Amino acid sequence: MEPLTSKKKVLIQKPLTFAERIYLPALTKGLSITISHFFKKEATIRYPEVQREMSINWRGMHSLKRDEDGRERCTACGLCALSCPAEAITMIAAERKPEEKELYREEKYASVYEINMLRCIFCGLCEEACPKEAIYLDGPIVPSDYLRKDFIYGKDKLVEQPLVKK
Amino acid sequence: MDITFVIEKFILVAIIFGISLVIAMYSTYAERKVAAFLQDRLGPDRAGPAGMFQPLADGLKMFMKEEIIPTHSNKWLFMVGPGLAMLTACIGTAVIPWGSAITVGGRVIPLQVTDINVGVLYIFGVVSLSVYGVMIGGWASNNKYSLLSAIRAASQNISYEVAMGLSIIALLLVTNTLSLKEIVEGQHGWHWNVLYQPLGFILFIVCAFAETNRAPFDLPECETELIGGYHTEYSSMKLGFYLFAEYINMFVSSAVMSTLYFGGYNYPGMDWVLLHVGPVIGPLIGTAVLFAKIFAFIFFFMWVRWTIPRFRYDQLMHLGWKVLMPLAIANVIITGIVIAIVEKF
Repeated sequence: MEPLTSKKKVLIQKPLTFAERIYLPALTKGLSITISHFFKKEATIRYPEVQREMSINWRGMHSLKRDEDGRERCTACGLCALSCPAEAITMIAAERKPEEKELYREEKYASVYEINMLRCIFCGLCEEACPKEAIYLDGPIVPSDYLRKDFIYGKDKLVEQPLVKK
Repeated sequence: MDITFVIEKFILVAIIFGISLVIAMYSTYAERKVAAFLQDRLGPDRAGPAGMFQPLADGLKMFMKEEIIPTHSNKWLFMVGPGLAMLTACIGTAVIPWGSAITVGGRVIPLQVTDINVGVLYIFGVVSLSVYGVMIGGWASNNKYSLLSAIRAASQNISYEVAMGLSIIALLLVTNTLSLKEIVEGQHGWHWNVLYQPLGFILFIVCAFAETNRAPFDLPECETELIGGYHTEYSSMKLGFYLFAEYINMFVSSAVMSTLYFGGYNYPGMDWVLLHVGPVIGPLIGTAVLFAKIFAFIFFFMWVRWTIPRFRYDQLMHLGWKVLMPLAIANVIITGIVIAIVEKF
């Protein structure tokens, strides 16, 4: 048959040379390679104690932000839940009472805000969708847990700690 | 035979038994650490400082596991198998001279359980028996994969025993004795047998790898072809015994190699040391030297395991019968001729 391409390469199995057949040169070569690795620095990071440095655009656990006065930015518009491709976000909106002005920036706020960390794919679309700059994926790695229900993070885990006024 | 002799031997046996168990235990830890270091990893480091308690944790885990005896297995043999593997692994240490005799209060205590004049043959007998543990375990499981693995192990061990025995014959031509004690004493200072029998040593160490079922000859254990190996059906500490016996075998074969080829407790400059540090510390330094050699061999076993891919089964048989055995016979003949010529002139 005519070769279809000019790149055809005929492979010939060469008989092993004597040095190859007695194995020992290859063995010593292999052993010297492995022993050189014995003295190399290990690549392991002892995870819980030591953490790898993340890149600046790394996306970790979500945090709900506060403004400069310590009020929650989120206005429960639902755009993050709408944009979420994994449907991980649910929220219940509530109206701000006059005495809660110190707590919430907008007149409407999220009384319940839950993210299911098992569903979340950390794509960052909620962050992009948010008109109030209220949610950012700037936290650490989401820790492991034993029960599915413990992966549904509420406001207690998500909302940023209030700034301590000096 | 007086009672002190019995006590003395009993204590010696207990110490050697304890040491071989502890070394086997920490070999499992060392294996994982060496593997990790050779692969740029850390290895176990959570249990205790630098993971030192890992073997204890592993042992505890093994004891806590559920014990399963398959319904259609031969129960009696199924239980005997691991014990036999362990027993044959342990009794090999009885004839190894651990050091020259120490003198305590005018009493000379040899650091060897028994100096039988056929020590080398005894070692070979024990090594040959070790295949029974594997064979019985694999057969009693009533599982075709276990049986296949056991047959593989048996044929591998028998094949390599031949070459091993022949490589030893050349050594015996040099040493003129079968007693391990006399073999060691013939290697005083620097006159180690490996210098006179380099080919014999290479043959012996290759066969030792095969006899202990270590990589690259770890054919009896294979996940792809045999699911697990001869111990597929074993669980709990019975499995632990099999795994443990492998490490004891490794320790014993390292000790045998150090004794036969690397001078045992002999080291250069030992006369000076023995003269200056007294009759108790001196021999114990020799024992420490022997253990250093043993650890070096154990490290070598692990180093090879994490370097070389395993042999295919036909390659294994080819190497054993068509390469190692003719080489061993040639070694015997050449050694014989050289000795005859040296004695003549």
